[in-house]
Amino acid sequence: MIVLENLHKSFGPLEVLKGINLTVDKGEVVSLIGASGSGKSTLLYCINALETIDGGKVTVDGVDVHAKGTDINKLRQKLGTVFQQWNSFPHLTALENVALAPRVVSKFSRKDAQEIAAKQLTHVGLGDKLNHYPSQLSGGQQQRLAIARALAMEPTYMLFDEATSALDPELVGEVLDIMRMLASEGMTMIVVTHEMSFARDVSDRVAFFKKGVLAEIGAPEDVMNNPQDPDLQRFLSTIG
Amino acid sequence: MDYQFHWRPVIQALPDLLKASLVTLQVSLIAMALGLMIGLVLYFFRASQLRVLRGFGSTWVEIARNTPSLFQIFVFYWGLGEFGIFLSSYTAVVAALTFNCAGYMAETYRGGFNAVNPGQDKAARTLGMTRFQSMRYVVLPQVLRAIYGPMTNQFTWVILASSLGMLAGLRELSGETQYFNSRTFRTFEFFAATAVIYYLIAKMALLLMALLGRPLFKAERAKS
Repeated sequence: MIVLENLHKSFGPLEVLKGINLTVDKGEVVSLIGASGSGKSTLLYCINALETIDGGKVTVDGVDVHAKGTDINKLRQKLGTVFQQWNSFPHLTALENVALAPRVVSKFSRKDAQEIAAKQLTHVGLGDKLNHYPSQLSGGQQQRLAIARALAMEPTYMLFDEATSALDPELVGEVLDIMRMLASEGMTMIVVTHEMSFARDVSDRVAFFKKGVLAEIGAPEDVMNNPQDPDLQRFLSTIG
Repeated sequence: MDYQFHWRPVIQALPDLLKASLVTLQVSLIAMALGLMIGLVLYFFRASQLRVLRGFGSTWVEIARNTPSLFQIFVFYWGLGEFGIFLSSYTAVVAALTFNCAGYMAETYRGGFNAVNPGQDKAARTLGMTRFQSMRYVVLPQVLRAIYGPMTNQFTWVILASSLGMLAGLRELSGETQYFNSRTFRTFEFFAATAVIYYLIAKMALLLMALLGRPLFKAERAKS
């Protein structure tokens, strides 16, 4: 369970999160929607501690993420993260990309790590690209590689930060398909997205962010078909 | 022109010249290897939050890059004597060239680190890697690729710059050549032969770097 309590975060004078309360249960898929700069991505980075926080509390399975004594490297193994820019490691093959963390972090032998990697790459449909370098893969394939890389650490949660926003339109589908597959397998996911159909079809709950505030949250049919917040109504009509 | 070429003294001295070439090669290799390591440390110093470290790193880089190498060698050979530290010519030349290489490499590393997308480290860290693991397995290999060209230049440069060592009394290739020149007065012949030897050493160094660099550029080769 991921719990955010009265979470505050500022960049200098700019307050980007103004007291967020959110609980994500195991097995749940929560989509975060809202205009750019509304604080969605920052929220993800407060969960995996890529960002520090200025107030409130984030706990993952009861562990206070930002407490002093927390072993953040250990905690991050539970939190798979997929970025907008896929950040595949260009000097390593697909197989090595995925096998690296199991080998150096989880201390699997090289052979076992590669077996895990091959399994995960096959899972995301890259079983025939094991020895390709990222430069030989399309954006969609690199993003699926990034998902496989995160899955290889056997995370309890997956955080997606606009995972399809940097992709060419024709490549978006293949990545969304993988995300749908993960959701159907019962993975707990927090998904920052501009893909409204994905939010509608896959999420258990949709949360609308507005200028650092969680303005509306609920089942997708309520939030998206019957929005209460006027800004959300405007947002949904512009984004289509 | 009534200068007669006499190559015999050069040929007779060739074994000694080649032996001195080994000194040149040795001095350059040590200075380069140490310079690479210290340069990296200096880069981290300059990127540090601590003012003392930043100041130390910057001072080193400033002096190393903006004063003549010859001056640096003199400081290590004679200058330190003023403070009661007496180094052999060999040690002084190695130290001065290391000092110089480290300064240049610190700056080169800076470019290399800037060339790596910060997202790489972020991705590594979110997989649970420590700062060190991310550096070791993800960032540094990419930095090395980025700086490999300048690094190779630096290596050839230090081989050629080691010739200044003769002015601190080191019998490396140039020092040895000068020694034979002063005994035979076959100035042109000796220095021409020496130039050829330097050329060959530099070429060998380039070949060595190309071979050492092969594993770094696997991804580039796979592309074509």
